[in-house]
Amino acid sequence: MGLKKQGHHHLVAVRLNEKLGAKRKYTFIHKASLPRIVVLWFVFMCCISYVIYERMDADNEERRKEVLTSMCDQRARMLQDQFSVSVNHVHALAILVSTFHYYKNPSAIDQETFAEYTAQTAFERPLMSGVAYAQRVVYSEREAFERENGWTIRTMEKEPSPVRDEYAPVIFSQETVSYIESLDMMSGEEDRENILRARATGKAVLTSPFRLLGSHHLGVVLTFPVYKSKLPPNPSVEQRIQATAGYLGGAFDVESLVENLLGQLAGNQAIVVNVFDVTNSSDHLIMYGHQYQDGDMSLNRVSMLDFGDPFRKHKMVCRYLQKAPTSWTAITTAFLCFVIGCLVGYMIYGTAAHIIKVQDDFHEMQELKVRAEAADVAKSQFLATVSHEIRTPMNGVLDTNLSSTQRDYAQTAQACGKALITLINEVLDRAKIEAGKLELEAVPFDLRPILDDVLSLFSEKSRHKGLELAVFVSDKVPEIVMGDPGRFRQVVTNLVGNSVKFTERGHIFVQVHLAEHAKAVIDAKAESCLNGGSGVVLSSGSQFKTLSGCESADDRTSWDTFKYLVADEEFRVATEETSQNVTLLITVEDTGIGIPLSAQEQVFTPFMQADSSTSRNYGGTGIGLSISKCLVELMGGQINFISRPQVGSTFSFTAALKRCEKNAIGDMKRLPSDDLPIAFKGLKAIVVDGKPVRAAVTRYHLKRLGILVEVVSSIRMTLAMSSKNGSLRSKNERQPDMILVEKDLWMSGEDGSVNLRLQEWKPNSHTFKSPKMILLATSITGAEFENAKQVGFADTVIMKPLRASMLAACLQQVLETGKKAQQGKDNGSSFLKSLLCGKKILVVDDNRVNRRVAAGALKKFGADVECADSGKAALALLQLPHDFDACFMDIQMPEMDGFEATRLIRRMEMKANEQPMNGGSTAEGREAEWHVPILAMTADVIHATYDECLKCGMDGYVSKPFEEENLYQAVASFFESKLNSEP
Amino acid sequence: MLGLGADRLRADMNRLLAFLFHQGVLDEQFLQLQQLQDESSPNFVSEVVNIYFHESEKLLRNLRGLVLEREFSDYKKMGIHLNQLIGSSSSIGAKRLTNICVAFRAASDQNNPTACLRALELLEHEYCYLKNKLHEFFQIEQQRVMAAGVRYPIQN
Repeated sequence: MGLKKQGHHHLVAVRLNEKLGAKRKYTFIHKASLPRIVVLWFVFMCCISYVIYERMDADNEERRKEVLTSMCDQRARMLQDQFSVSVNHVHALAILVSTFHYYKNPSAIDQETFAEYTAQTAFERPLMSGVAYAQRVVYSEREAFERENGWTIRTMEKEPSPVRDEYAPVIFSQETVSYIESLDMMSGEEDRENILRARATGKAVLTSPFRLLGSHHLGVVLTFPVYKSKLPPNPSVEQRIQATAGYLGGAFDVESLVENLLGQLAGNQAIVVNVFDVTNSSDHLIMYGHQYQDGDMSLNRVSMLDFGDPFRKHKMVCRYLQKAPTSWTAITTAFLCFVIGCLVGYMIYGTAAHIIKVQDDFHEMQELKVRAEAADVAKSQFLATVSHEIRTPMNGVLDTNLSSTQRDYAQTAQACGKALITLINEVLDRAKIEAGKLELEAVPFDLRPILDDVLSLFSEKSRHKGLELAVFVSDKVPEIVMGDPGRFRQVVTNLVGNSVKFTERGHIFVQVHLAEHAKAVIDAKAESCLNGGSGVVLSSGSQFKTLSGCESADDRTSWDTFKYLVADEEFRVATEETSQNVTLLITVEDTGIGIPLSAQEQVFTPFMQADSSTSRNYGGTGIGLSISKCLVELMGGQINFISRPQVGSTFSFTAALKRCEKNAIGDMKRLPSDDLPIAFKGLKAIVVDGKPVRAAVTRYHLKRLGILVEVVSSIRMTLAMSSKNGSLRSKNERQPDMILVEKDLWMSGEDGSVNLRLQEWKPNSHTFKSPKMILLATSITGAEFENAKQVGFADTVIMKPLRASMLAACLQQVLETGKKAQQGKDNGSSFLKSLLCGKKILVVDDNRVNRRVAAGALKKFGADVECADSGKAALALLQLPHDFDACFMDIQMPEMDGFEATRLIRRMEMKANEQPMNGGSTAEGREAEWHVPILAMTADVIHATYDECLKCGMDGYVSKPFEEENLYQAVASFFESKLNSEP
Repeated sequence: MLGLGADRLRADMNRLLAFLFHQGVLDEQFLQLQQLQDESSPNFVSEVVNIYFHESEKLLRNLRGLVLEREFSDYKKMGIHLNQLIGSSSSIGAKRLTNICVAFRAASDQNNPTACLRALELLEHEYCYLKNKLHEFFQIEQQRVMAAGVRYPIQN
């Protein structure tokens, strides 16, 4: 078995691993990769945020650039416009000078007119600080010119001009630049170049920027040629130089004027504007602005300027004064994105981690579950197997029918074995219940003897402790009920066992009532109590009206209720009889230590005792109550309890059973309910007991024996009654056959005189059939026993707990109604004896041994046995007429088997019966017809054999080897019917 | 003294009986048999057992003959003999012998000569064992009866 078990375990383990392996594959995220995924996500979010930032920043930059471009272009255009307006005006002045100074003769313009005119028209040239006209004077004409004007030509340095080819002294000037009058413009480098270029091109030309005279501002000078004669179309440079009369020049104070111009525009502060002369592409000359001004160097805008001089190139460069401000929006947006991403990531991570954790837990749980299940299965199997393995041999040990002597030797072993098997059975039951394999029987049984048996189990212990142990079954409870007697007994045994275990004084009282009845009575009582009726208030000193006088936890069982239950017994209620189901209420009341309030909830939990010290003090596994609960629930009932610490506990359970008609059951003989002798029917007894509950119990047991009972509460009353009976006893009033007295009543309540009278009274009435005096006691000492004998209880002392069968045995002993043979188990055999005594029986068997044994067995019961060793011999012996009363026939015989022989015998008998009565000696015994009962003897008791037996005319069968009980049943069945048929 | 001896012998008997029970050689049928013994038939058990031995020896002899003449093994006859032996063995409660006989019968039903032979040998061995033990038992009983000076008292 061990090997098998191991194999199984192994299998379970393998299956378990496979299962787990299969499960593992489905994990959708691996735990180890999670941090990597989180880091990746983080990096990814960084990238995303950066890209967003870049995008927004680029947008910003773009916008900035656009703004700059537009601002710069606007400025450039304005500057250019203004500039060209001024240039145009200078051009107009040039034409004015040529027209009025040269074409008019005399000249219409002098310095005064020029100054006046230019001053008046200065608003037209907002960019110019001033204009002046210089006349072309060649060296040959210098003296004449100097004379005419009255001053010498001077250089720019205000010195008289040295000798040159040509001079360009200023003759007219605006007032703002009057200081340059008479200065030779050709003496300045820039002016000279300008003049030369202007007369060659005939257009306005500009100098490169330089510091202007007077203001020392950066500026440029614009020069226009003025021709004295009309030029031909497309004139050559020579022609132009020849025709040149003078030069009109104007100074642009670029610096201040641009400043002025820009100042009018919005956003002036935001940008830096530089204007360069880029004629020489390698060397940019600054016209406006600081050459190395700092600003935002990263972004600039270049706008080309066209001031009308194709030789000169100018450009305007704009840049922001300040660096682009950091774009908070972009940063914030990017950061928020990042944060949101991180949060989302974290949430996903958290979820994933949680899922993984849950999954791991789940797997772990699953693994544990599978393990637990495997363990549970293994446990149950182990329990079942081992328990069974132990129980089988244990039963073998316990069940062997040893003779009483042998039993002596085995008794110790038996007691231990029984305890062990009880435990094993409990464990096995528990396992069975857990496995759902426990099924209840439904067989007819009588619960009264079962309860008696249970009591007898504990009688030893209860007597030892001095406990009152009693059972009471209501008359209303049907005699035979359908149910599972074994389980019923188990529950009651368990409850009573517990009670006995935990009770040191007082009583244990088992009651069985119909549940409806008990409920009705209790309800009625509760109602009467509520109505302020007969609620009994007990003073602390007084005795409680319970079985032993001790207080019990559930006062419903005290006499106040009990008397209703018992009293109602007299008038039976017919309505309940009709229903097929019957619900019983079984209460087990004790006056033990009770259950602590804290432990009351766990009472029905397996292996749970009230507290750990319980098992130390009282032993036990604590499994019993849980099994009982299961069993009761299986029986369709409920179990509950009322318990008061130090007062006691009352367990009660209901069981739904079925009513069963006694006569409907054929095999009632097998039930142990029939073992009560009927010899006491009609006897009369007086029970002397002060405690009504206890008296009711005694009465119940006596009633079962068919004894009429009268309850009297004291000896004095008994004496009064008896003496009355003794002296003037009416004819129809019988004297009691026995008087049963409770020991405590006799010990305590009554004085010596009563005892004396009791003693005296007995011999007096000796002439009559005196009543037997019986003492009922829970425990009794030797001295007390002697005393009792002296006082008059010579007849017997019946030790409690009372049981009907024991009571019967004691009474039998006392009343000498039954002989030894009538006791207990001998019932059957004595009956057998009476049936078989003197009968002549033929035993047919080819086997000598069997023959001898069968003959021996039958002889023992007084039968006159004759033997035959074959079917043929039997046939010969049974030739009619014969005087055999019965025939036991072996079936398996060589030559002629039992069936064949029977058939032949029956045929023979039939023939004889068909013939008319042939008178003679046979007629007297066998009036009706020949039919010798033939019982088959067979080793195999299968049904087919039995059918065949009946078919060939046999009356029954007995299994071989002979067993008394078996024989008894077979013989009884046909001899009884025979007795009935021929009284 | 005599009484004490009788008690001791009775204890011996019980011990032997318990031993045989424990071994499974005997079963409760033997006790039933003992219970049939009373004043009217004081030697009932030994009488029956002696008949049993007598019969069984005859049967065993026959069986051995049947098993050994292999070719013509008469299984039917063997079955009858075995049934007889089973019947009588179970009657006296020789449990182990009965069981072997049942096995033997099964072997003969299957016409298995080797199994029959093996069963026969086992049967003979078991038979000898039972015979020895029961002889021992009756010897003690006889001593006890003599020691007690009375006849075997009634067991209830």
